[in-house]
Amino acid sequence: MKDFLLVYRIDYNSLPKGPSPEQMQASAKHWMDWIGGIAAQDKLTDRGNRLVPSGKVVKADNVIADGPYTEIKECIVGYSIVKATSIEKAAELAKGCPILAGGGNVEVREINVM
Amino acid sequence: MKQTALIPHLFRNEYRKIVSVLCKLFGIEHIEIAEDIVSDTFLLASELWGLKGLPENPTAWLYIVAKNKTKDYLKRNSLFAQNISREIRYNAASSEDIEIDLSIKNINDSQLAMIFVVCHPCNPAEAQIGLALNLLCGFGVDEIANAFLTNKNVIYKRLQRAKEKLRTEKIEIEAPTVSEIDSRLSSVLMVLYLLFNEGYYSSSQDTTLRKDICLEAMRLAQLLIENEQTNQPFANALLSLMCFQSSRFDARHTQSGETILYQDQDTGLWNQELITKGEYFLNQASQGNKISKYHLEAGIAYWHTIKADTKEKWGNILQLYNRLLLIEYSPIAALNRTYALAKANGKKEAIIEAEKIKLTDNHLYHSLLGELYTDFDNTMAIAHFQNALGLAKSTADKVLISNKILECREKLNS
Repeated sequence: MKDFLLVYRIDYNSLPKGPSPEQMQASAKHWMDWIGGIAAQDKLTDRGNRLVPSGKVVKADNVIADGPYTEIKECIVGYSIVKATSIEKAAELAKGCPILAGGGNVEVREINVM
Repeated sequence: MKQTALIPHLFRNEYRKIVSVLCKLFGIEHIEIAEDIVSDTFLLASELWGLKGLPENPTAWLYIVAKNKTKDYLKRNSLFAQNISREIRYNAASSEDIEIDLSIKNINDSQLAMIFVVCHPCNPAEAQIGLALNLLCGFGVDEIANAFLTNKNVIYKRLQRAKEKLRTEKIEIEAPTVSEIDSRLSSVLMVLYLLFNEGYYSSSQDTTLRKDICLEAMRLAQLLIENEQTNQPFANALLSLMCFQSSRFDARHTQSGETILYQDQDTGLWNQELITKGEYFLNQASQGNKISKYHLEAGIAYWHTIKADTKEKWGNILQLYNRLLLIEYSPIAALNRTYALAKANGKKEAIIEAEKIKLTDNHLYHSLLGELYTDFDNTMAIAHFQNALGLAKSTADKVLISNKILECREKLNS
């Protein structure tokens, strides 16, 4: 079994503005059902975290810009770590991720342990 | 209570109390001497009481005899007496002056100290459970062997090894200090949790014994809660879980010991008093800001005490199982989650998820798939129940699965 990072990306502009409590609750439930399904297969290493939308991007010459969404359309909104025997199996686990229903995507990357 | 029933009852109740007090007095080096003295006391009791009838106050009688036997022992073994009086915090001038304090307070303090010794992580979990049954619950080697479905010799050796380990590690029989409680309490709770499960889920046919084990685990958890230092949210969550689970004890079996599944139980037999107690301890457990698996399992058990079979109930159970699996994976949690998923979101979704779990060498996995396919694809259901039948070990499980196969066949033919 190897560990794989799942990176969730979505265009913030496509997300509902000021979602209702019901929408937020339904969304949280979909995420829990999906991640719970991976955990039920004993393939979850770390449920990971969500990321706060606002951030900074530090560039050469110590230039600090607000970001990251000013330049790229799709932003990282969260991540998890799963275990699988191959990258194909890991990609299989990413199917059904709630980010896909909102038009986002999941990037699957094998972790090269240092 | 008739005399024949009274003696085993007293034995179990008083044995563990006197053993704890004497163990604490003698120190970990001499657990066996404490056990011998108490066993001698009970042997004398059953001989004498059989001839002359019961004394007026059997408990007081036992305490006096145990005290005298201890003093006799110390007199006869002055070297031992010197050793314990040096090693152990008693500065009596001679063995006659050694006080053997069988007050309620000292009994409780000693039992609490013994819980922490018995549940010391230097021993493997199954040895800790065996020791707990033996020293904290007063169960004999026979009964423990019956509960673990193994023979006396295995248990005897396991207990010997575990006691030896406590000696070589020089574990002190003392209640842990405030700074130790956090780290030690979690392993104590784990052992009590496993002890309870041993009784609740054991495949032993002896339902009285299994119920006794559950009640003992609850008594020990209660002891933790009665003590200010160990009365913590996790301990309350664990006791709450135990109350909710045991509320169904009388509904889980037929008179002849066959298992009755949750959905087929007579809810009138669920013990309302235990459910109310469980709710009380769950409220107590919600103080503080940490959530343990006991909290989540108690939450799941709480929803199981709600009789109405609604989507809301199963939706809540599903979310709690999701969170439980994020804390700690276990095959049984994975299977139960999938059952809750079927009840909350429908069988179609649950079958897809169940097939991903792939616990193919577990009879419960095939039973679950059989259950999910029933009325959906009865031929598939029968195939899975037959797999389950081939893997099941206990007679009770086999009977249950065979009945399911018959039901599915009838559905196919009708």
